[in-house]
Amino acid sequence: MNTSPIHKREEDATAVAPRPPVLRLDWLLLLATLGLIVCSLITVGDATRDDVPGSPHYYLDRQLLFAGIGLILMFAVSRMDYSRLRELKYGLYAVTIASILLVLALGAASRGSRRSFDLAFLNFQPSELGKLLLVLALSAFVVDRIRRLRDRDTTARTMLLALIPSALVIVQPDLGSGMVYVIIAFAVLFVAGTSWKHFAVLGATFAVAITLALAVAPAAGVQVLKPYQVQRLTGFLNPSSDPQSQTYQLNQSRIAIGAGEKTGRGVSGATQTKLNFLPEHHTDFVFAVVGETYGFLGAAIVLALYALLIWRSLRILTLAKNLYGALIAGGIVAMLMFQVFVNVGMTVGIMPITGVPLPLMSYGGSSVIVTLLALGILQSVYGEARMASAFKGRALNP
Amino acid sequence: MLQLQLPDERRPPITPQLALRVAILGGIALTMFAIIFFRLWFLEVLSGDKYRAQANNNRIRDVAVPAPRGDIVDRNGTVLVDNRVSIAVQIDPRKLPPAGPRRRVLYQRLGAVIGETPHQIDTEVRRQHALVPYAPATIKSDASRDLYSYLFERQNEFPGVTVTRVYLRQYPHGNVGAHMFGTIGSISPGELKMLKFKGVHQGTIVGQDGIEYSYDRYLRGVDGASRVQIDSLGRATGELALRQPLQGKNLKLSIDFGLQREGEQAISGLGNGRGAFVAMDPRNGEVLALGSTPSFDPNVFAKPLTQARYKALTSPSNGSPLLDRAIRGEYPTGSTFKLITSVAGLQSGAFTPDTFIDDPGSIQIGGITFQNSGGTPHGALALREALQVSSDVFFYTLGARINNSGTQALQKWAHRLGIGRPTGIDLPGEFSGLLPTPAWRDRLFRKHLTDRPWSVGDNVNLAVGQGDLEATPIQMATAYSAVANGGRVLRPHIGLEVDDAAGRVLQTIQPGASRNIHLDPSNRQAILDGLHLAASAPGGTSADVWAGFPHQIDGKTGTAERPNQADQSWYVCYAPDPQRPLVIAVTIEEGGFGAEAAAPAARLMMSQWFGVQKKFVAGTSTTR
Repeated sequence: MNTSPIHKREEDATAVAPRPPVLRLDWLLLLATLGLIVCSLITVGDATRDDVPGSPHYYLDRQLLFAGIGLILMFAVSRMDYSRLRELKYGLYAVTIASILLVLALGAASRGSRRSFDLAFLNFQPSELGKLLLVLALSAFVVDRIRRLRDRDTTARTMLLALIPSALVIVQPDLGSGMVYVIIAFAVLFVAGTSWKHFAVLGATFAVAITLALAVAPAAGVQVLKPYQVQRLTGFLNPSSDPQSQTYQLNQSRIAIGAGEKTGRGVSGATQTKLNFLPEHHTDFVFAVVGETYGFLGAAIVLALYALLIWRSLRILTLAKNLYGALIAGGIVAMLMFQVFVNVGMTVGIMPITGVPLPLMSYGGSSVIVTLLALGILQSVYGEARMASAFKGRALNP
Repeated sequence: MLQLQLPDERRPPITPQLALRVAILGGIALTMFAIIFFRLWFLEVLSGDKYRAQANNNRIRDVAVPAPRGDIVDRNGTVLVDNRVSIAVQIDPRKLPPAGPRRRVLYQRLGAVIGETPHQIDTEVRRQHALVPYAPATIKSDASRDLYSYLFERQNEFPGVTVTRVYLRQYPHGNVGAHMFGTIGSISPGELKMLKFKGVHQGTIVGQDGIEYSYDRYLRGVDGASRVQIDSLGRATGELALRQPLQGKNLKLSIDFGLQREGEQAISGLGNGRGAFVAMDPRNGEVLALGSTPSFDPNVFAKPLTQARYKALTSPSNGSPLLDRAIRGEYPTGSTFKLITSVAGLQSGAFTPDTFIDDPGSIQIGGITFQNSGGTPHGALALREALQVSSDVFFYTLGARINNSGTQALQKWAHRLGIGRPTGIDLPGEFSGLLPTPAWRDRLFRKHLTDRPWSVGDNVNLAVGQGDLEATPIQMATAYSAVANGGRVLRPHIGLEVDDAAGRVLQTIQPGASRNIHLDPSNRQAILDGLHLAASAPGGTSADVWAGFPHQIDGKTGTAERPNQADQSWYVCYAPDPQRPLVIAVTIEEGGFGAEAAAPAARLMMSQWFGVQKKFVAGTSTTR
């Protein structure tokens, strides 16, 4: 890293201006990041105490390790000039597609659905890493075609680039990640300045596609989504219809959160979590654990940290020194926003179950590490912006 | 320029378009945070108590802990009915998957585990659900420990299937007393509304028949409740509170186990294998033995009964084993009825103990010839000898006389002695029998249900226990007891006292009041003399049966003619022992003459009662 041009510039800047060194991290973003990591460790630790007989810290230890690795990577990435990633766009995109295909192939070989590789201690999910790689690659493609942004062609190609991996992960089946990819493409185009007309057309196209997938195709005998996925998507509209089945999770999650009342039931009193009524309490439904154990107060703190995270991310988007940085920041902030709202919305019963993890909070190496990597890149965008403005400031200063 | 030197304060130039779009993103974020924030507020603050209640409802289950029923013991403390713990596999129809492939798969898997076909399970669940709609259906009792663990650990794989510990009734002596004890089962919706079962909760096991029914409120315990915390798979993770079940109280019966067993042995295998007996203390109506044959093993009711087995237990072709002939067998009584005719004749003044009537072997009354059995002439005789040799002509004459007096004294006295109405024994479902009266037959005739009105011949037949008369063994025992004790028509009873577990008396069961009839002592003595002669003097109908028996016996044989089957053997006797008086009534379907089957069986029972050598002595008397 010491050989990176970032360093040189910084040295230049400090060399020129004998003032306190420029802050290279957005401390508030870092604060939100670390706060959420701490919340995650506390919640996952509480929720999984009885899950693995004989080792109460099984999940906590692993989450701690993931967070540690993720933080190291975050700091490393933040010191790197993200702009160099632009040249790697083909490679990044190829890695995304290839790793997803590899998982599909392995899944076919083991005759089951698969989303991950086993890498030593980590269940590596390519679809998670794909979220970040797609942001980087799509942003690069859009930057390349920024002069032809008004062409329908640009919008269509960008969407297609996102839809390919999206379709592949939906087949896995991982509906949530597939939706995140599409949202990322939308966000990148949105920040780049694609015309409203294109968005209107895209929106209409998706509405038709969803109608086809959910209603028309099943009637014609073609199952685009697995039946359980359809049930999950539609179940939240009528949560009491089938309390023992698909909507069971939604109901139990709502009960868990509601039961937390204002200040929570405490770790030992959180029976929904402890007695396993709440499914997936350390992964998809971790927010419900927060709600039950620490009540409205705890949930509000976590939400506040996310608000801080998103506010700082949006701010970094505005600060970015170049378009590529802004697009990356836009993609990442959309990715975070979407996942937070879909996941929290699901646990409070206003969104369908799509299997989207809560960034940083949900247990899971792939998700935690990739999110921290993304935040590292945001920090890099921030750092580069500060560098650039400092440099410019020096340059403009007579 | 100063601003440019302070990088923190400076914004790189962004296009208005980007600013707008970032603002839109921020707006979306703000809106979403607001929605979630208010949703959280709604869930946790506004409806928090509701969800907390639901969460508690999720994890807390009140499980009824069934209380064992009280034991039933005989008068000497011999245990007749107690309990054993068993593991039952039950299906709660409300928690089953809906009918269709999922339920079929469940039945298949369950069937493979418990060794039944899915069809059997389905049929059983439907049958029990129809009987008691809300209670779980027991599809297997007496499951093994292994099966219990297997199903208990896999409750999520078998929705609606539960394994529970239940108390099953246990009958250590097999068939002995089977008819008396009756059965138990989940309380039915109809029973829930009955005053008798006031305060009983749904799903409680209550007595359904026999003693179990009559004394249910003593035998039934108080179910306990266990409040357990369960996890999402329904597994108990801890007990939060427990209310201990209270076992029911023990019931002591007036039954003497030895006599009961002897009676059942004595009558089994006689006649066509169908019969009944009652042994009663004539002083107080305590029933010492009461049985019916063919019998059955009450243990079969502890578990769900198969259709075939239930059919076998109720089918007339093999003697309807469930039928308690002692209280539900309605038969003509033959000559044992002569005691009642005697009482009626003497008390109504139709004759005196010393009135002589000539018995030429047959008699013409109302244009019909009535004969002694075999046409044997007995010559002129008074009441004592008439009872001794069981002269039919004597009692035919008496029946005709009473009829002609127009007082209906025979019906009146028979009614007073308890014929044609329930004795009020503390067993459910007692039959009344039929005491034919002129009014009864005339009414039938007016409705064209019979070919003729009442005639003197009806009374003549009734006088010897024939014709339309139907009486049960318990009625005969009660009538004889009334004569034996000098005129008290007792209410027979089996329940003696309610005891605690240590055998201390909690409550003595008061039988209903007896009915007093006025019986002139000299008349009574004459009748008892006649019965004694019949059982002891040469020529007495059962004298040879009692040959060598060391205790005094007053007894009357009966041979009832029944259409389309061989004669029914009857015997009712009284042992006037001051310490241990006993009245025994025995009837054997198709047993032939009274002295052939019923009387020897009564001797065996008396031998048991007095502790003398038991011997089956068949008499040779061929009178009715």
